[in-house]
Amino acid sequence: MRALLDWLDHRTGYRGLLSRALHESIPGGARWRYVWGSTLVFAMLVQFVTGIVLWASYSANAQGAWESVYFIQNQMLGGWLLRGVHHYMAQVTIVLLVLHLMQVLIDGAYRAPREVNFWFGLVLLNLVLALSLTGYLLPWDQKGFWATKVATSIASMTPVVGPAMQKLLVGGSEYGHHTLTRFFALHAGVLPAGIVALIVGHVYLFRRHGVTVPTGGEKEPAGRFWPDQVLKDSVASLVVMATVLGLVLWSGGAHLGAPADPAEPYSAARPEWYFLFLFQWLKYFPSGWEVVGAQVIPALLLGLVAAMPILGRWRLGHRFNLGFGAALLGGILMLTWLARVEDGASPEFVAAKAEADAASHRAAELAASPAGIPAAGGLAMLRADPLTQGPRIFAANCASCHRYEGHDGLGNVPDEDPSASDLAGFGSRAWLEGLLDADQVASLRYFGGTEHVRGRMVRFVTRGLPRLNDEERSDLAKVLLAVSAESGLPRQSEEDERDAADIEEGRHLISSDAINCTRCHTFRDVDGEDDVPVLTGWASRDWMLGMLHDPSQPRYYGDRNDRMPSFGVEETLSRHQMELVVDWLRRDWYLAEVGGS
Amino acid sequence: MNPHSSESHNAEVEPEPRRNFLTSVAAVVVGAIASFVPIAAGAVALLDPLRRSASASELVRVTRLSAIPEDGSPKRFTITADRTDAWATYADTPVGAVYLRRTRSGVLALNTVCPHAGCFVGVAPDRSHFACPCHKSRFDLDGAVNDPASPAPRAMDALEVEIRGGDEVWVRFQQYLPGREDKTPV
Repeated sequence: MRALLDWLDHRTGYRGLLSRALHESIPGGARWRYVWGSTLVFAMLVQFVTGIVLWASYSANAQGAWESVYFIQNQMLGGWLLRGVHHYMAQVTIVLLVLHLMQVLIDGAYRAPREVNFWFGLVLLNLVLALSLTGYLLPWDQKGFWATKVATSIASMTPVVGPAMQKLLVGGSEYGHHTLTRFFALHAGVLPAGIVALIVGHVYLFRRHGVTVPTGGEKEPAGRFWPDQVLKDSVASLVVMATVLGLVLWSGGAHLGAPADPAEPYSAARPEWYFLFLFQWLKYFPSGWEVVGAQVIPALLLGLVAAMPILGRWRLGHRFNLGFGAALLGGILMLTWLARVEDGASPEFVAAKAEADAASHRAAELAASPAGIPAAGGLAMLRADPLTQGPRIFAANCASCHRYEGHDGLGNVPDEDPSASDLAGFGSRAWLEGLLDADQVASLRYFGGTEHVRGRMVRFVTRGLPRLNDEERSDLAKVLLAVSAESGLPRQSEEDERDAADIEEGRHLISSDAINCTRCHTFRDVDGEDDVPVLTGWASRDWMLGMLHDPSQPRYYGDRNDRMPSFGVEETLSRHQMELVVDWLRRDWYLAEVGGS
Repeated sequence: MNPHSSESHNAEVEPEPRRNFLTSVAAVVVGAIASFVPIAAGAVALLDPLRRSASASELVRVTRLSAIPEDGSPKRFTITADRTDAWATYADTPVGAVYLRRTRSGVLALNTVCPHAGCFVGVAPDRSHFACPCHKSRFDLDGAVNDPASPAPRAMDALEVEIRGGDEVWVRFQQYLPGREDKTPV
């Protein structure tokens, strides 16, 4: 073994290299305060390892990015942990960088002869920020999509070259496949290569000039890098790793929003927390000053930081640098805090955040359904989901007259009273019971807001039904079951099966003398009148689609139709939109098993 | 790396600085020529997006007149159009959204993208104005900036509207560069 190593050393000189790397003498001995740089190298190594493994499962295209990240997060063995470590280590890296920079400032370690190394460090800081920015887009969820749109918009504001720069970054005039391929090439190729080169230079220069020994430290005996300082560095790295692991476990892993959709508003668009100060900053620059706020001032401030080694030569330079550094950090913390406070106090933002969380949860639920993610992607999956789309279509098209459990489908209660029925549970037994209740039929929940409040149905319910005797009442209950069963509501199928005998009986009683629905309504082979809604298949999917398509057909309200638009005839809604809203009202959507994910 | 050998090497070439200079120039030139091909090929391909002008925006059918509220309040409509994204073509896919509202002179179409930094502009809860959820720009219902503290440099982008057959609303859907006073198509 020894002979083999000797041979290797003769051919490569590895022992000399190792000895130079490890046996560095540290004036004043190993110290805890020297660990920051090493923890950053460790953090970068973690990012390289986790990043490359993520890369092995990630697909950089607009129809595969969200989908592959979903897969990593939810289906791959330990994928959530891997992505969580990558995600939180990125954030911890920013904190470590700021601490490292602060220490360099406080110790005056930026001064001659270490100027170049200070500049290397600043470039590294910017490269790491660029990594965060590019990485934020890669999952292609609403959050990353809209936040990055703001970032590329800011790039486009650059005088002269801005528009071209934006096009090159985005890979065209609009966000799409090439935006992801380009951001991914930057995130996993260009930027890491730059970082490796600069870290090598940074460490080389650091070794060349040695540590900056705090005042008084020189008197203490010198120590060695190996193993004294390495032990301290290792302990610090372990603490960093434990912190990240703690964050991953505490949060349950990195968040994945709903798939990016350029056509769907996302009012919760915010950058990552460490960019919040820039976000807040932009609010203060009125029209005409955007470039100044977004680019000129940040560039000047960064320039001033870069000039610190030169300013430091001046007699009061170090104090100025310290003061400026403290003011800058204070300003950044202040802006970040303001951004948080303003968002927390804005009911619109809180609502938008809740909506975003709901959409993200729903997307994950659908992706985990037996149908899974279709080849067309996660966005197509979400766009075909009645639970997601139904309330939106209802709020935009139906809620000016109708309500859903008293609100507009999305939870907002309009100021004006409804002028048509509340459609929550339409077709169900409970809904019909309310309709056939003398106290409710003329209320705003049913016909109260419509012309029909003066119609025969309301008269029948308020005057006719109270006169029924007990036997007729029990017949009416069976008729109710039979009519409700016409809806074929999926959430009522068990009850309908259980009560099959009563329902069958109810179908015959529908034409009985006392109840006699068929005096007006058509039911199966018994004809009623025109312009009265037919009870055959009442509230079924087809019945409702027909009603939406054209309520002024004789089988619905015909000439008696009161203000209900013909959404299909007028092409206000597409067939697909009508199906989505009907399926939502019928609660016919995929629901994860209780206790499932 | 051996200091000894590099010294002796220097000693050898020092008497002939002229030849040394020519060799250096030749080394750089030849190396540059060899490297030119991959660098040029890479640069050209990377610059490809500049060659692609914005997809010629055609008028797309958005809705029917009857679907726009008669009281003049804005309503959001999704724009569906055929779209080519790099290697893939998508038929009838949502590409963005507009606010449509009736005005005295017809129908006003406003792109939902904020002219400040590209966020999705929303309608205030009381429907009295537009509000951007990002940097707090505010616009009146005609799209004009209505709060001097708004960071938006221009009004929301009005889009060309055509009413066909008295009822069909067609809009020329177009994106404009954010963050500048003039409306420059992307």
